[in-house]
Amino acid sequence: MIRTTCPYCGVGCGVRAGAGQDGAVAIAGDESHPANQGRLCVKGSALGETVGLEGRLLAPMLRSASGLHEASWDEALDKVASGFQRIVAEHGPDAVALYVSGQLLTEDYYVANKFMKGYIGSANIDTNSRLCMSAAVAGHKRAFGEDVVPGCYEDFELADLVVLVGSNAAWCHPTLYQRIVRAKDARPEMRVVVIDPRRTATCDLADLHLPLKPGSDVWLFNGLLAWLAAQGALDSGFVSAHTTGLGDALDAAGEDGNLRQVAQACKLDPQQLLAFYELFANTEKTVTAFTMGVNQSSSGADKVNAIINCHLATGRIGRPGMGPFSLTGQPNAMGGREVGGLANMLAAHMELEDPAQREAVRAFWDAPRMAGKPGLKAVDLFRAIEEGTVKAVWIMATNPLVSLPNADQARRALEKCELVVASDIVLGTDTNALAHVLLPALGWGEKDGTVTNSERCISRQRAFLPAPGQARADWDIVCGVARRMGFSGFDFSAPHQIFDEHARLSSWQNGAGSQRRRVFDIGGLAGLARSDYDALEPVQWPVRRPGDREKRLFGDGVFAHPDGKARFVATRARLPAHAPDADYPFILNTGRVRDQWHTMTRTGRSVKLAEHVPEPFVDLHPQDALLCGVKEGELARVSSSWGSSVARVRHGGGIARGSVFVPIHWSGQTASDARVGAVVNPAVDPVSGEPEFKHTPVRIEPFGVSWYGFILSRSALALEDAANWTRIQGAGFLRYELAGRTPVAGAAGWARRLLEVVDEDADWIELEDRCGGVYRAAHLVDGRIEACLFVSQRQDLPARAWLAQMFGKDALSSQDRIGLLSGRAREQGADPGPTVCSCFGVGRNTIRIAIEEHGLKDAAEVTACVKAGGNCGSCVPEIRALLACSSYSK
Amino acid sequence: MNKPSLVVIGNGMAGMRTVEELLKLDPDKYRITVFGAEPHGNYNRILLSPVLAGEKTVDDIMLHTREWYAANGVTLHAGDPVIRIDRKRRSVQAASGLVVDYDRLLIATGSKPFIVPVPGHDLPGVIGFRDLQDVDAMLAAASVGGRAVVIGGGLLGLEAANGLLRRGMDVTVVHVTASLMNQQLDAPAAELLRASLERRGLRILLSRQTAAIEGDGKVEAVRFDGGETIPADLVVMAAGVRPNVDLARGAGLHVERAIVVDDTLQTYDPRVYAVGECVQHRRATFGLVAPIWDQARVCAAHLAGAGHRRYVQQATATKLKVTGVDLYSAGDIVGGEGSEDLVLRDRRGGVYKRLVLSGRRLTGAVLYGDVADGPWYFDLIQTRADISAIRNQLLFGQLI
Repeated sequence: MIRTTCPYCGVGCGVRAGAGQDGAVAIAGDESHPANQGRLCVKGSALGETVGLEGRLLAPMLRSASGLHEASWDEALDKVASGFQRIVAEHGPDAVALYVSGQLLTEDYYVANKFMKGYIGSANIDTNSRLCMSAAVAGHKRAFGEDVVPGCYEDFELADLVVLVGSNAAWCHPTLYQRIVRAKDARPEMRVVVIDPRRTATCDLADLHLPLKPGSDVWLFNGLLAWLAAQGALDSGFVSAHTTGLGDALDAAGEDGNLRQVAQACKLDPQQLLAFYELFANTEKTVTAFTMGVNQSSSGADKVNAIINCHLATGRIGRPGMGPFSLTGQPNAMGGREVGGLANMLAAHMELEDPAQREAVRAFWDAPRMAGKPGLKAVDLFRAIEEGTVKAVWIMATNPLVSLPNADQARRALEKCELVVASDIVLGTDTNALAHVLLPALGWGEKDGTVTNSERCISRQRAFLPAPGQARADWDIVCGVARRMGFSGFDFSAPHQIFDEHARLSSWQNGAGSQRRRVFDIGGLAGLARSDYDALEPVQWPVRRPGDREKRLFGDGVFAHPDGKARFVATRARLPAHAPDADYPFILNTGRVRDQWHTMTRTGRSVKLAEHVPEPFVDLHPQDALLCGVKEGELARVSSSWGSSVARVRHGGGIARGSVFVPIHWSGQTASDARVGAVVNPAVDPVSGEPEFKHTPVRIEPFGVSWYGFILSRSALALEDAANWTRIQGAGFLRYELAGRTPVAGAAGWARRLLEVVDEDADWIELEDRCGGVYRAAHLVDGRIEACLFVSQRQDLPARAWLAQMFGKDALSSQDRIGLLSGRAREQGADPGPTVCSCFGVGRNTIRIAIEEHGLKDAAEVTACVKAGGNCGSCVPEIRALLACSSYSK
Repeated sequence: MNKPSLVVIGNGMAGMRTVEELLKLDPDKYRITVFGAEPHGNYNRILLSPVLAGEKTVDDIMLHTREWYAANGVTLHAGDPVIRIDRKRRSVQAASGLVVDYDRLLIATGSKPFIVPVPGHDLPGVIGFRDLQDVDAMLAAASVGGRAVVIGGGLLGLEAANGLLRRGMDVTVVHVTASLMNQQLDAPAAELLRASLERRGLRILLSRQTAAIEGDGKVEAVRFDGGETIPADLVVMAAGVRPNVDLARGAGLHVERAIVVDDTLQTYDPRVYAVGECVQHRRATFGLVAPIWDQARVCAAHLAGAGHRRYVQQATATKLKVTGVDLYSAGDIVGGEGSEDLVLRDRRGGVYKRLVLSGRRLTGAVLYGDVADGPWYFDLIQTRADISAIRNQLLFGQLI
């Protein structure tokens, strides 16, 4: 077993993993990792199910007129290098771009960032972290002078009040949530407040849930700041010594009016709001943790600062059990931020637009062509691609056709783009379908490097599986292209060399001359030998000198702005970019479900993880459903001005009137029409460029179908006849949930085509209730179930669980075969025994029991009691024999 | 001896069941005299095919032995058929010349095989399948082997054919329509049945109209309309039965296809009742045992003077008594306007089920291969149960 980290959320749990002789991967929590102390959530626990090689991209591929074909690495890298070179030569460096991911390791990220900003000469490298926590980055930089999370996970346990804003941590940061659960168990006086328009699973823990109006967070925290000031609850000593700008911030906050007006703006009960304000005012040890519900907003950075303002005003920062806390979404979003892998950053927390820092980095890299201005942020980048100003894009470890807002625009952009390069671990994604060059990357368990989690903890992610096929590390691929383009500085042969360069850059000219002292400094980790790097224990930055340990920052009141003072940001509350109207009366909120990760290319392979939420859904209030004419369990179309998707209607019970929630995970690979990204509006936060995923006006309409159905099949199917489908991984089979519009006429032939059964003589069992609109069929091969199909006009399909079990059997018993189309096990009633009366199907045991229980004395009485012998009478002698044996006759 | 006299014509299942029911109600009401054409006690005619197939013995199928008649004070004249009913004198006359007066008369003369009136139908070697004598004739023929042709692919014909096959004969079943048992089965089930019977060694010729039975002094061949001829040493006519109504007609009772009775099983003569295959009730005639049991119970009640019952026709169910072939048919399998079908097909598994629904009720069922739930369906049909809530599970039977 090796020690590595989980590749999913930003908690960054330590994992022990190892491949057994049989290839099965064993997974356990790493007790020695500070983030999780041995615990794992369900997604992490299922990692072993996701590392199989089915569907993996294992060789470079090039697209020609005839489609994708395998190519050598040389051909593929030449194609990328020459393409980039030509476009840069013809159109300048800003005509190319990289769109990367918080799934990359820090080393990969570092090399990609260096390649673009120092050698191509453009800052057109943005990342899916833009969609996730760029608002937090902007908020941190505005308030603290640098992108720094001041606290650590331990603060959640030490706090007397944990406020979770826009966070369903129970599902999205489960091990951290469990730490809060245990802390509250140990100290029941600890208080938890959840601020979220939805009543999520996280609310189970909450003493108070404030279901605020979507997008009204700034009102709520401005209101808090003003209320704290009015109550004299500010820490004026801290404010005057360590901050500037409170006056402006209070002025801005004051514009929102009194508590009653704030409650009205947030659609909250004033008593509840007051209860929260009082709790906050009276609890010194308060952690306010926030994530996507805050960040993914057209006022995301302001929301972050409105929260930070309250902590600065009360001096609650950088000390045990308190502080604002940004929970990152991805395993290495933080690492990406450290290397500067965003279009508005440079490197190592240095600023693109600061000439001195730009020169420092240029000198360090000995870079031939430094980017001089910020590049295009994600949404703008794909707009520029569509407009043709960016002509080549290299996408790494992300799936923008699914995850970007206005995702159909992203499709149009890539369809127009001259050169689309994708580095990925899987072949079949919506994005890869439009790539001209596919480069096989190493996946989790194969790649080797570092990641940084939400509490600034750098951990090693280690390989324990061999590189499959021709797959290479992302840094290696980037270096290959860079070298082909004639760039020096990309001669790395192992990740520790890159980490070393990254560490050295972090301390390079740090605080020298007129430059401000950068908090991100891991100079103490520079110069690690390969063995030291391999043995690196989880460590929180900064590590200025070897052995440094700093759990918390800013506790001394010294911030990263040149004057050392934190800034209050005057946040003026504003409405989300797009208001609902008569055409689009509902507000769409998007988010994760507990057991899936992003676009399901990995978690979607796990049978265990498929069970919790197998299908895309739209959760809404039952009264809204009535208004829209949609019914729970049926399909509905969710449409906005930008696009539409289809999902199954659900009443989860946690959604207020006027809002709907749709999960983000399903792509064109896993469902016919469930890319909610296509529905999401492309409005972004003007400060951070983060899109407003949580607030899109939509309309909900019935998705009319004439039948619902499902298929379980050992092989993948094309399903051309279905109006809607979702694919779900099962154990040894794929499950498809279907709905169709064409009436099922000539069902047998139709079903055979759907299941792709060509053999006329195939072992085929079918049930037909034509008038009832029911058709069911099973295809068996050598006594084993190969596929089955269940279709009905009504919502009365049987459960899938028992049928799923049948796929685990090498041969079906005759009972199972008979029951197959019932979709459930035939219950074993009392054994009636061998048949005595075949006219009425009465068994020997049934007769015996009747004789005993009712004291029957002759055959006629037996007939009267259990019917046996009442028709042809041929069994009467046997009945007499049974009577003779009975105790009554004796 | 001043008890009124009840005379029963016909010592078969219908007549004797009526007597039995009557004795239960009022054992001392009548002096009972039973005339039977066959020289036996009463046996279970339904079980002739297992006897033919060698699965049961004659003793196994006896319902009422001569001792039973004695013990119950019933006078039996077996092997002495009644030849005349004199309604004016209220007496019957038997072939032996014996004349017995009656106060009440019960006609239970049953039916006789329909012998297709083709040339050669009276050749030696052409028999029906109705009584023990026919079974004896078949067993005798089978004992020397040879080729048997069974004309009629219905319930009775197939059971006869199976029995002859089991007894070592080379058997061909000839059926006039395109599918076997067309009274009880739909085409897909009939097809499964045909395949199964052929696997067992029966030869089956469908859509054949018999034109003649050929032979010189005895049966030698059967010729069809198209001119095709197949050799035969024995021809069993199982092309249906005809009610035995000659006596009743001769006595001037109202007879259509059979003796017309009302809901109390009374004929047009208030002293004369009739039950079984010889009666016609509301345009229906009867061949299965279940309705006859019902008739017996109703008729006995009226004979006993406890006239509280009415005969109501019920759906019927059939099972083919061919060991190894599971076949069950109940109710109305044709269906009518507005009827709906539930069908389960498992060709490889040899299972076919069709349930006919009418509104919220089950009205018919055809089962092949898996008949365990047949009685349950039959019960649902008879009780007119509302099955709408279990429609989706109905085909999978009661176990679920």
